[in-house]
Amino acid sequence: MINLVINGLPVAVEEGSTILEAAKYLGFPIPTLCHLEGLSNYGACRLCVVEIGEGPKARLVSSCTYQVEEGLKVRTASARVVKARKMVLELLLASCPQSKVIQDLASAHDVRQQRFRQEHEDCILCGLCIRMCEEQMMAKAIGFRNRGENRSIGTPFDMKSEECRLCGGCMYVCPACQLRCTYMEPEKAICGGCANLSPPCLEKSSFEDMMCYMDPCVACEIRKD
Amino acid sequence: MIKDITQSEATEDGITDKQIDALIAKHQTDRNGVIDILEAIQASYGYLPPHALRIVAKKMNRSLVDIYGVATFYQAFSLRPKGKHRIVVCLGTACHVRGAPAIVEEFERQLGIKAGETTPDMKYTLETVNCLGACALGPIVVVDERYYSKVIPTQVRDIINNSHSGDRDTADSHQQQKTIGEAVPS
Repeated sequence: MINLVINGLPVAVEEGSTILEAAKYLGFPIPTLCHLEGLSNYGACRLCVVEIGEGPKARLVSSCTYQVEEGLKVRTASARVVKARKMVLELLLASCPQSKVIQDLASAHDVRQQRFRQEHEDCILCGLCIRMCEEQMMAKAIGFRNRGENRSIGTPFDMKSEECRLCGGCMYVCPACQLRCTYMEPEKAICGGCANLSPPCLEKSSFEDMMCYMDPCVACEIRKD
Repeated sequence: MIKDITQSEATEDGITDKQIDALIAKHQTDRNGVIDILEAIQASYGYLPPHALRIVAKKMNRSLVDIYGVATFYQAFSLRPKGKHRIVVCLGTACHVRGAPAIVEEFERQLGIKAGETTPDMKYTLETVNCLGACALGPIVVVDERYYSKVIPTQVRDIINNSHSGDRDTADSHQQQKTIGEAVPS
């Protein structure tokens, strides 16, 4: 067992667990976006930042990827942490404002507006869908492609994947697009793409083969028409 | 080592599985040889044919997306056939302030393609690079391993013609010559 102190409270957790798990055990809330139980920790969204160490050596780390250490002192909601977290949320809002998940998180952290150039991305590159596909669905049909500002998620050559079994797991976990795919319940859709649709997209001819990463995303395809 | 570039459209069939297999066998080490293998394929064919990536994935027992991810991550790999002559214009900070963007524009205008593209006759590929590390000589243009320094837009036509004819004489006194691994002129 490893002994550490979180927000002044001593706690002993098993070796190899992360700060996030330890904080959860104590009941301290740490917001997450790219973390999902059952999938490996990735540390892409940086929402789960916490402050470790003391004095001038204190630093911010992502709690989902940082393993507990003996005697570690963690603060999950210091002023520095809150400031960093708000900045992360602003950046997420700047790139993907239509995501209900991000909107809810921003609202919960009292982020009302963001100061960056507004974009409307379909993807925040959190890698949830890739890990879902590989680790839970054992398919590995999608992955990261290119790099830098051209980085994207999808199948090789943008072609329908042979590995994909159309399980829909990728869309299920996606924080950016899951709500675009609630075409069966238009009142829940927030992008408007599906709500504007009549008759339902189920009547689209090639619907059987359609899914976000194989062909153009169902929702996007609909929006285009 | 650029072979059959002009037949690139037919490479799906032109490159045999056996050739790829041989390259894989030569470089495969557990699961760490992916980059070596891709480099070998790229050296042989001038680019990475989709067909070859599929074979590599199968042989290495990896998902195609892994191989594709590596192939698209590194600038050194190209998924599209490259032209016979590779023209690289440095757009690093020093070259940039010394007028490299105008050089690129001139190349684009003369070749009728954008940076990163290849002419339809497969003769030239125009690329930009962020720094070649010889900033004092900027703007720098590299054509098939041959360096042209302090280039001005009016020299662009000569540079293209030089590479085209395979004639290695040039009027530019500043240039540094490097003749390693030159493509054989047609």
